[in-house]
Amino acid sequence: MRIVLICLVFLAGCGEVWNDPYPASERGQNILYSAFIERPKHLDPVQSYTEDEAKFTQQVYEPPLQYHYLKRPYELVPLTALEVPRPRSIQGGKFTVYEVRIRPGIKYQPHPAFVEENFSLPAGRINALRTPYELPLGTRELSADDYIYQIKRLAHPKLHSPILGLMNEYIVGLEDFAKELKQQKEPGWLDLRQFPLKGVERVDAHTFRVTLKGSYPQFVYWLAMPFFAPVPWEAEKFFAQPGMEPKNFTLDWWPVGTGAYMLTENNPNARMVLQRNPNFRGEAYPAQGDPGDREAGLLADAGKTMPFIDKVVFAREKEGIPYWNKFLQGYFDSSAIPSDTFDQAVRVSIEGEAGLTPEMEARGIQLRTSVDTTILYLGFNWLDATVGGQMGGSSAERARKLRQAISIAVDWEEFISIFLNGRGLVGQDPLAPGIFGQREGREGINPLTHEWRNGAARRRPVEEARKLLAEAGYPDGRDAKTGEPLVLYLDTVGRGPGDKPRFDWWRRQFAKLAIQLEIRDSDWNRYQEKIRKGSQQLYILGWNADYPDPENFLFLLHGPQSRVKSQGENTSNYVNPEFDALFERMKNIPNSAERQRLIDRMVEVARRDAPWLWGYHPKTYGLTHAWMQNGKPNNMARNNLKYLRVDVAKREEMRAAWNRPVIWPAVLIFLLVVASAIPAVLAYRRRERMAARPA
Amino acid sequence: MLAYVVRRILYAIPILVGINVVTFALFFLVNTPDDMARMQLGQKRVTPEAIQKWKAERGYDKPLFYNQGSLTDTIFFEKSVRLFAFDFGRAEDNRDIASEIRARMGPSLALAIPVFLVGLAVNITFALGMAFFRATYLDFWGVVLCVAMMSISALFYIIGGQYLISKLWHLVPISGYAGGVDAAKFVVLPALIGVVGGIGAGSRWYRTLFLEEMTRDYVRTARAKGLAETSVMFRHVLKNAMIPILTGVVAVIPLLFMGSLLSESFFGIPGLGSYTIDAIQAQDFAVVRAMVFIGSVLYILGLLLTDLSYTLVDPRVRLD
Repeated sequence: MRIVLICLVFLAGCGEVWNDPYPASERGQNILYSAFIERPKHLDPVQSYTEDEAKFTQQVYEPPLQYHYLKRPYELVPLTALEVPRPRSIQGGKFTVYEVRIRPGIKYQPHPAFVEENFSLPAGRINALRTPYELPLGTRELSADDYIYQIKRLAHPKLHSPILGLMNEYIVGLEDFAKELKQQKEPGWLDLRQFPLKGVERVDAHTFRVTLKGSYPQFVYWLAMPFFAPVPWEAEKFFAQPGMEPKNFTLDWWPVGTGAYMLTENNPNARMVLQRNPNFRGEAYPAQGDPGDREAGLLADAGKTMPFIDKVVFAREKEGIPYWNKFLQGYFDSSAIPSDTFDQAVRVSIEGEAGLTPEMEARGIQLRTSVDTTILYLGFNWLDATVGGQMGGSSAERARKLRQAISIAVDWEEFISIFLNGRGLVGQDPLAPGIFGQREGREGINPLTHEWRNGAARRRPVEEARKLLAEAGYPDGRDAKTGEPLVLYLDTVGRGPGDKPRFDWWRRQFAKLAIQLEIRDSDWNRYQEKIRKGSQQLYILGWNADYPDPENFLFLLHGPQSRVKSQGENTSNYVNPEFDALFERMKNIPNSAERQRLIDRMVEVARRDAPWLWGYHPKTYGLTHAWMQNGKPNNMARNNLKYLRVDVAKREEMRAAWNRPVIWPAVLIFLLVVASAIPAVLAYRRRERMAARPA
Repeated sequence: MLAYVVRRILYAIPILVGINVVTFALFFLVNTPDDMARMQLGQKRVTPEAIQKWKAERGYDKPLFYNQGSLTDTIFFEKSVRLFAFDFGRAEDNRDIASEIRARMGPSLALAIPVFLVGLAVNITFALGMAFFRATYLDFWGVVLCVAMMSISALFYIIGGQYLISKLWHLVPISGYAGGVDAAKFVVLPALIGVVGGIGAGSRWYRTLFLEEMTRDYVRTARAKGLAETSVMFRHVLKNAMIPILTGVVAVIPLLFMGSLLSESFFGIPGLGSYTIDAIQAQDFAVVRAMVFIGSVLYILGLLLTDLSYTLVDPRVRLD
């Protein structure tokens, strides 16, 4: 016992923290610590499409364009390109050409694929490798051919690019190119350089041209996504060697890019590490931002060369409680706020302003909020006989009034308050805030569901909903002809017993109109199947924007993209010829007064038809420690690491202050355990010394 | 004995086939190959062609059990036969399953072995103590403590342990893992929680075994010839109680490789337990099938080892 106590006192005297989860060798280094919850499935830019993956791929891969880090609304700026390409219409608008000019002198990260001798490695050598970076490393200059190679990879028969179907519609010759590649049955590396793609041509070493069918102004946004990032052919050839795949050495797991960071440790079970790319050309921190950015210190590094951080360590943290506690201990530099700990971190004033609790403020933690370019909505299936819109005549009118009545009755403000701790904005139409065409304030309210009172949008009284319901032929929630109660069915994805309050809330909303709501709870697969087949009546779904353009929201209501008819993204199967005609015009013109006028009319049509309850746009609340600088939420891009800065000395100081080991409880418990054994020892001794009992 | 071992191994084959059939049927009862494809390809912009292509590449475009007169050109046959050669293939995210298992075995064992060994020692010690002081207030309160500890959820031990030891007292990291010697600081808390969480059930079970032995004639004889109570307990009671203890313990040893589902998730230990949970959540049939198969093999191995160990501790037992 004495030894244990001495050890504890000695360790306490060392002044070091004991609960540091990182190696001692990393202390004091310019490292950013972050976490990931879901292990990434793909790191190949042609396949990767989720946020979990983008936080890695977007640090490594560089498409020609990126979004301005500070400016809102989102603005495209060059990344590896010299300028944002302008569309050039040819043959009387039959085709559109984008010419992309790449900045000369950009070098790839060090990688074994750029060393000739690494193309013919013996099996034993590969088998002995722990990472590909143990091999001799090389580099070369980025060229236009690498972008062309990657565009061809969209059609690679062994890869699954989620945007191939979409790009087939626009890039000239891509569909035929994909068919041609399908014929190639040779095993091993498929050298795409041997197969020409009509719509993508090399102009010179640093320029390439993409020809699109017709007009597709949104194409330029795709040029800011990793789908259009360069991939060197050498990387594919290197990873195609026999023996690489069994070691999980594939391009899907070991990205090769020109970005500010390179992935040097890839253990998706525990830890992923990005290290500064020594060949990175350097990029200047933005000198301009939004109003308020300068005051917030976001322009303090204006013009300085990025990246500022040498290494980024992502630790896998599957559970919310350890994640949150490690953030509070200073072992993660930033964190989201789990619902369970929201009250511990944030307090909302009577005016609805969110602020930090005194405990968080005392730690110097900063709160950053942003509204996501996302919408979560309740949809009506247009094919349904009760709530849909395909019946025609008076039945369609009845269904429309029913949908409008429900639109008023369902109180999304209450939903956000109860279930989201206020972290959401009520949707007034399909467009998310910050997207061109979306109107704010008085102009932006949905007059069907809201009115402008005392300088704010207020939900219309439920009496108006009841009146509409009666006009729909369901006075007091009963069919006026049959007297039968109106029963509606809401399909949802169940996550367990915790859903009950939410389901009860939904029933209450419909009960305001005396409508009986049956909730059909199913797993995600069955839920998707119902939507594919169009057998749902009411359902809840969401959409996260690919790019900040109104087309990327309004296409969700475009008739030809009906889920049932064409497996498109219009899950409500909503059809309105006027809306569809307006959409076709709107999508092909640049942001302008004319486009705004078209969008206004489309929104008006959609609001009147009410194929969705417009739901809400989630707000992200992020916390960062005082030592982390330049953090600004960006919903469109995840290449934010190069902008961030960490005050390492301050972090070390705060960590030491927050994590001093408290040893007295351990000593006390030890003493209690020892003390609890004393009666046993005494009883044992007494028994051993006891004389034999008389017979 | 060799004949017995060979016979048991042969018996294991139909058992493993049966387990494989049940796993396969249960999995595909709730998931279709289309569901699996959608899960892997994501939710946005997934075309029917992409789903078909994904299925064809992985052999999920075939019938499940029967294909026009053929039993071999089916998903079941193609996915199951290789398992018997311990060829687990690739996960749906294209990572090699055998490599993953090899990489994750170490972290699983780093946690499971200390919990197993220390837990066994603590439980036996505590149980011997209660048996030694049987029918006294020490025994009574010991049993009450055991029942109380058994009644508490494992999740409570985990969250409570993390809160007290890591969050309030800052003695060890709250979660995470590192290889080599550094693993110790990450394993100490989950191991402690694992040991403490197992004391209630383990000690009560061993106490019952010891008490049963203590009523035997040989114990009375040992006492009658003047042996100290400690000698009676350690040299006679403990030795003779080894057979039922071995029944439970040896069967568990091979399963230590499988890791702990709950602890590994909460403590961020990248072992086989969390691998299995991840695979179930991701509907990764290849991994689920491999893990169930390995679990079954290890369990059968454990039972075989148990039988063999009987012959070591009890000379009366013969395996023919």
